[in-house]
Amino acid sequence: MANQAMPFSRSEMLPPEPPPGSAVGVVGWLRANLFSSIGNSILTILALALIWLVLSHVWPWLAHAVWNADSYAQCRQIIADTWGPDAGGACLAVIRERWKQFMFGFYPIEAYWRPTLAFILMFVALAPILFSALPRKMLWFSLIFPGLAYWLLWGGSIFVPIVIYAGFAAGWLGFHLGARASAAFVAPLLAAVFALVWWFFIASPLINLLPDIGLMPVQSKQFGGFMLSVTIGVTGIAFSLPLGVLLALGRRSDLVFVKAICVGFIEFIRGVPLIALLLVASFLLNIFMPPGTNFDIILRVIIMVTLFSAAYMAEVIRGGLAALPRGQYEGADALGLNFWQATRLVIMPQALKISIPGIVNTFIGLFKDTTLVAIIGLLDPIGLITSIRANAAWNGMVWELYGFVAVLFFVCCFGMSKYSQYLERKLRTDHR
Amino acid sequence: MSEPHPLDASDLEPVHPDRLKVSDQVAIQIIEMNKWYGQFHVLRDINLTVNRGERIVIAGPSGSGKSTLIRCVNRLEEHQKGKIIVDGTELTSDLKNIDKIRSEVGMVFQHFNLFPHLTILENCTLAPIWVRKVPKKEAEETAMHFLRKVKIPEQANKYPGQLSGGQQQRVAIARSLCMKPRIMLFDEPTSALDPEMIKEVLDTMIELAEEGMTMLCVTHEMGFAQAVANRVIFMDQGQIVEQNEPREFFNNPRNERTKLFLSQILGH
Repeated sequence: MANQAMPFSRSEMLPPEPPPGSAVGVVGWLRANLFSSIGNSILTILALALIWLVLSHVWPWLAHAVWNADSYAQCRQIIADTWGPDAGGACLAVIRERWKQFMFGFYPIEAYWRPTLAFILMFVALAPILFSALPRKMLWFSLIFPGLAYWLLWGGSIFVPIVIYAGFAAGWLGFHLGARASAAFVAPLLAAVFALVWWFFIASPLINLLPDIGLMPVQSKQFGGFMLSVTIGVTGIAFSLPLGVLLALGRRSDLVFVKAICVGFIEFIRGVPLIALLLVASFLLNIFMPPGTNFDIILRVIIMVTLFSAAYMAEVIRGGLAALPRGQYEGADALGLNFWQATRLVIMPQALKISIPGIVNTFIGLFKDTTLVAIIGLLDPIGLITSIRANAAWNGMVWELYGFVAVLFFVCCFGMSKYSQYLERKLRTDHR
Repeated sequence: MSEPHPLDASDLEPVHPDRLKVSDQVAIQIIEMNKWYGQFHVLRDINLTVNRGERIVIAGPSGSGKSTLIRCVNRLEEHQKGKIIVDGTELTSDLKNIDKIRSEVGMVFQHFNLFPHLTILENCTLAPIWVRKVPKKEAEETAMHFLRKVKIPEQANKYPGQLSGGQQQRVAIARSLCMKPRIMLFDEPTSALDPEMIKEVLDTMIELAEEGMTMLCVTHEMGFAQAVANRVIFMDQGQIVEQNEPREFFNNPRNERTKLFLSQILGH
């Protein structure tokens, strides 16, 4: 082969070889990620110094923590006696003393088992929704759970949730009657009418007819603490997603009237601060209600939080819908799937997958926004802190209380974030 | 005449003329059909009758309205004037009629339009299960039958993203066939494929033609047109400019526009 320009034909193909040693293993990783250049190395060292600085302050504070004390003054005394007069330390005794309040607010002590049971059952209900490997039959429990949780938390007659559920059956009946019509919007419209008629005109007299068998009723004003945050947060999350899906579909609808309502709703809600909506829920709604109606405050807050998040959710999902190529709609149409089938089986699974980061973002935002209810006087963890700090024994405490609530919320929100990452990985079917 | 390019008719399996029988039953009838995009007059006075078992290739420069024409046949596009009658049912704005026609008319797209979140098998069973209400097991058997037919049964549990373009297009054909359509529409089925994969898709289409499927294909594969078409239609500026049986069409084009087009796509 003297001449480079000679015709050439490979007689055998080259086998694959492992990469050189400097690119793999711990050394390879360190070199690639921490010390790839001088600038990168400086940043690595600065970051390590910063981590050291934070830990060197936080660690002793936590290590000196006092769990047994009756007041903030006593805490400081114990820390000074044990670690010297200049030592700082966390007074976690307040968390210990007020633990039950942080969890349940002023819920009756003899009924603590009810929110606890509801909390545990919540995970059973969530499991089949979050993990598709679990048997699909478990979803029936997920459907029953909201009514069951309502009954456990607020008590009262068992027939209240049952009659409310019957409204969904009425809606289902309406949908099936409407599905025979040729226009696609008739079915959901009839479903809504049937369900609303049931809830507004039939449910209440029916409940009065049925016997009052059930648990001791608990007033909404006795709710508080973390339990209140979870109740508002989880309900808001559960309802804002489907509502957001409907709003997003409505905003893209060809039906001018439906579209106008959805656009108006979304833009109005997004333009108003959540605090304003909560204040409306707290003070103004009662003025507009007929005298004598007792529209539960937690229910009002849940409705406002749900509507608020649903508007954001709708925009997130609209982004997912817009990202789908037109070919997906055409592919579904060309197979003869009708609008609702195409939406449910082809469009939404993909649009929701694209929107997962945005959806979870909205969920996390909603969950943290539940602390705003402290402003209208509900005793969520933040509201409780204000009352604890007003107590002479714990006057002046800041870090321990807010830090504890921060950790509680962080655990929940980080969990959601981790789950969303898992879900994104699991649903990645395109480039494997 | 110069050789067709890139695929020669002699590359493809020859089809015995007796196997390509056309009945005198009408499958699609388009009468005086017109369509506008806003002010733009895309389709002008289209008249076309397709008999059952007939295989028609529609050719023409880009923007001539050939894709729009076949997309009107299953109402992916709406026409504003004239009539389209598919399988005896006229296309109007009645959604029930549209869904019925769509379930009888299969369509294969340039970009496959498989559903990326479903496996190949699920892609094929989705419409039979939900539109035809076929039991899942039966739908899966049918799907496997057609996947074997397009020669990729072993890919059934993979996702579309894991397949090559040619394989995806064959799945798309199988997916349409699972609905047991009476008419198949092809909208440039090989235009997005690498040259190596065009033949495998065309072979599948030829096999379909041999079984007597009514086919309406928009394609630039003139070799395919010569091998299987009963009729070639040439469109330009939203109008049917010329139609003839393929031999005459290629050897004796009459319209100047047709001659120019053929010399451009075949002349190198």
